[in-house]
Parts: sequence; C-alpha cells; structure tokens
Amino acid sequence: MPKATVTFEDIGVTVTVPAGTRLIEISEKVGAGITYGCREGECCTCLTRIVSGHEHLAAPSILEDQVLKDNLAPRHHRLACQAQVLGGNIVVKPA
Amino acid sequence: MLPSAVRPDCAVAVASGVHWIGALDPDLRSFDIILRTANGTSYNAYAVRGSAGVAIIDTVKASYAESFFRRLESVAGYDEITTIVLNHLEPDHSGALPELLRRAPAATLYVSHQARPMLKGLFDPAEFEHRIVAVGTGDTADLGDRQLEFINTPYLHWPDTQCTWLAATGTLFSGDFLGCHYCDPRLFNDAVGDFRFSFEYYYAHIMRPFRAHVREALDLIEPLPLRTIAPGHGPILRDDPRDYVRRYRALSAPSLHGADSKTLLVFYISAYGATRRMAEAVAAGAEQVGDVRVSLYDIEGSEPQPFVDLIEEADALLFGSPTINGDAVKPVWDLLSSLTMVDVKGKLGAAFGSYGWSGEAVPMIEDRLRRLKLRVPVAGVKARLEPTGDEFAACRELGRQTALHLLGRAEHRVVDMASLT
Repeated sequence: MPKATVTFEDIGVTVTVPAGTRLIEISEKVGAGITYGCREGECCTCLTRIVSGHEHLAAPSILEDQVLKDNLAPRHHRLACQAQVLGGNIVVKPA
Repeated sequence: MLPSAVRPDCAVAVASGVHWIGALDPDLRSFDIILRTANGTSYNAYAVRGSAGVAIIDTVKASYAESFFRRLESVAGYDEITTIVLNHLEPDHSGALPELLRRAPAATLYVSHQARPMLKGLFDPAEFEHRIVAVGTGDTADLGDRQLEFINTPYLHWPDTQCTWLAATGTLFSGDFLGCHYCDPRLFNDAVGDFRFSFEYYYAHIMRPFRAHVREALDLIEPLPLRTIAPGHGPILRDDPRDYVRRYRALSAPSLHGADSKTLLVFYISAYGATRRMAEAVAAGAEQVGDVRVSLYDIEGSEPQPFVDLIEEADALLFGSPTINGDAVKPVWDLLSSLTMVDVKGKLGAAFGSYGWSGEAVPMIEDRLRRLKLRVPVAGVKARLEPTGDEFAACRELGRQTALHLLGRAEHRVVDMASLT
C-alpha cells in the first residue's frame, strides 16, 4: 500500500501513514492540536493549515469547498476530517 | 411597583431615530440551562429610521414575537423596512426572524459570513435566498442619511456574532457582547437597579471561554466614539458606556503579570499514595528541564473553581487519577467538566495514575483532554498498585518531555501510524 508522511508542526512529530488516511485520524492518534467537532465536514472546527504538500491531499469535495468558503478559510487550509492523504510528504499545523 | 420606561405595545426612544422594540421576560430563572437568571432577562431589538428606510436590528425569542411586532408597528410600517440585521442567530434573537422577513417583503437581511450557512437551521433559506447578504467589517447598509456599519466580532459567543455601528448617533448594537441577563423596565443603565453582578456573571459564563476573541473585538470597538451601547440583553448602556468596555478589557486580560516562564500544573488525587508519588515524579521530571514554573496540586484540597482560574493561565496540565471501578475518580471529572468555562485550546495535556486491575483512567483522561482541544503529545503512564523504579522513571520522563514540548525543545519524532494505539 502506498505510504505518505504527515508532519504535525505543533508537536514535532512525523507519522508514516497508508494512503487514504484522513488527517484527523492521524492527529487524534498522535495527540496533535488539530481537534474536531462534527467530524462530518460541517462545523469547520478541524480547520488545518497545510504548510506544505497540499497537492498530496485528495481534492476537496463540493461540500468541503463550500464550508471553507463560508468560513473565510485562507488558501491552503483544509478540513482535517475530510482531507485524505494520497502520498508524498505533507506538513500541517492547526489553523 | 417600579417606574417603567416600557409601556405595552410602545417602542422606547434610545437615540435620535433609534427605538427599543424588544421584550421583557422578568420571570425567567434559568437561561440556556447553564445560566441562573435571578432577575429574568430582556430580548432587546431595535428600530433605526433613516431617510431612505428603516432597519430592524435583531428580533426576540419566538414566544415574545407578537409583543415585538406590536412595538415595531408603533414606530414603523412593514413596507418601510429595507434592512434587517441579525447580530447573532441564537433563537432568543432570531425567534421572530422568519415572520419578520414575511411581513417586510422589501427588506434585505444582513448577517455575518459565518452566520450565512447557519441560517438553514432556522428556516428554509430558499424562501428568502435572494434577500440575504453576508457582511464583514467595513461593509455597510445604507439608510439614506445614515449608514449601519458592520464589525465582524466572531466567537462572542458563537462563530456568527457581529456588532453593528450607527455613527450618526454613536450607537453600538453589540448583540450578546457587553450584555447581561437583567430585566428591569427602567431599561437604561442610569435608571435600573444595581446590575453589576449580572454583568460580571454573564461575562464569566458566556464570554470568558472566548477571552482572546473578546480582546480582538475590543481592539475594534475601543476607538469608536461611543455614546450608547445597545446590547441584545439587559440594560441599554447610555451612561458612561466606555466604563463597560474598560471592564471587559480588565476581565479579559491575563491575570498573571510578570510571569515570563511557561507554567506547568500537575494535578493528582490519590487513595493510597501511589498516584501522589507518581505526581511528585512527574513534577520532578518537569523541574529538571528548568525555565518552566512547575506546580503540584492535590485535587482533594479544593473546590474546582480556584483550579479553573489557575488552569486558564497555565500552559500545560497533567492529571493523575487512580482507576476505581474502571473509571477516573469523580473529583477529577468534576474538574475536567469545569474547563469549558475557560479557554484551554492548544494547551499541553497528559495523564498518569496507579490502578489495581485494568487502569482505564489514564486513556479516559487523555480522551477528555483531546476533546477539550488540548494537545496530548506524550503518552500517559500507568502503574499497577505501587509503581516500580522503571515506572517512576517513566513518570519523570513524562514530566520532562511535556516541559520540553512546552519550551519547543522536544526532539522531533518519527513514528509509524501502525505503532500508535
């Protein structure tokens, strides 16, 4: 299975993960500061800044795009409960 | 009977062309479950008349809609209403909104960008879709000879909250911000009874968890030439409104002055002394790092509230609990359930504790800390009955690693997802 790495800048941890994993699942396990509310892509609690490697995440769904827009999310920000890792190296921190 | 500024079905003048058209709810004794309201509350709504139309700012709880509409009708016709502003969508302010939109078909609804997607929880937005405008700081609504200016002040106390400024009269429509639950028919702060306790209580329970956002909002509001603050609840502040702004500034300021170092608090409770000795080892480990102010507290020694005050100012929180009947003990949960009163997001957290059989307390506390939005980067330590030398060493390491994280000196770790529990 393809692997990727996700680095959580706020706690200084890099995690090797299988492709397809959502950012929130990794954040939860490693104890990073990205937290969630609804976990269904609506509340925007898990807004996350993608410091680098945003191209290694699956493109946002129409729903996620709308929620990001509604909440005035800056560029290269994603919902951790929705964003799936595809491969490569990704660096994130809580928004 | 107290003298009253409020007469049935009549609006009350607040400033030139500005009227209060809200409702009084003197018998309410608890609000949103969590607040006691010894003096009831008011649902404040306002009408602002300009040369080109009338604006209605906020509405009331649904059960008071008819009295709100009668008051509105005493100062404006529905066909004159061009503008409706909702500073906050909670039902006590939006209860009459759908009906107002129907009665005033020419009106445009102005809400914050954050409120826009929430409207679908109140009514079918399709019915009014073309009449809704999302606004932010600097946006205005034109009433002809006067303008309403919007100020985006999120998280006071919902994501959607905003304030509306009427420069023509120096009136700030502040929503829940600077409000309180205090119902008094004399309506204005220079005429009502002593409501200072309600003002402070309201801040402590509604605004305090968002004090960083309170400070950001104050930065926007303090420069305004305020003559009147017209909040969504409680007395209208026309006498020295700036005094209330100053009070919010003081209440929202960090209370620990002169503490340059990071603070790490170790809380524990212990039946036979094992968890206490673990706590001492955790604290000793953190102390080794230096540059961190380390404190140790026995949870049995206090009510939760003083600890909550301490926690608000602290940077790292470590909790030690024995496991009894498969759970952390009640005083620990009492403290952890009190933390929604303050902002703990992003602080560091960790857990440890002694147990006899299965040791659930540590992962349960870690889960709670994560749900409170703390970071929990160092795995907790649990020890069966009396900790061994290795387990005490693990406790010292837990304290040391947490302190290092606090100072940004923790070693970068690389782990595999499969190794994480």
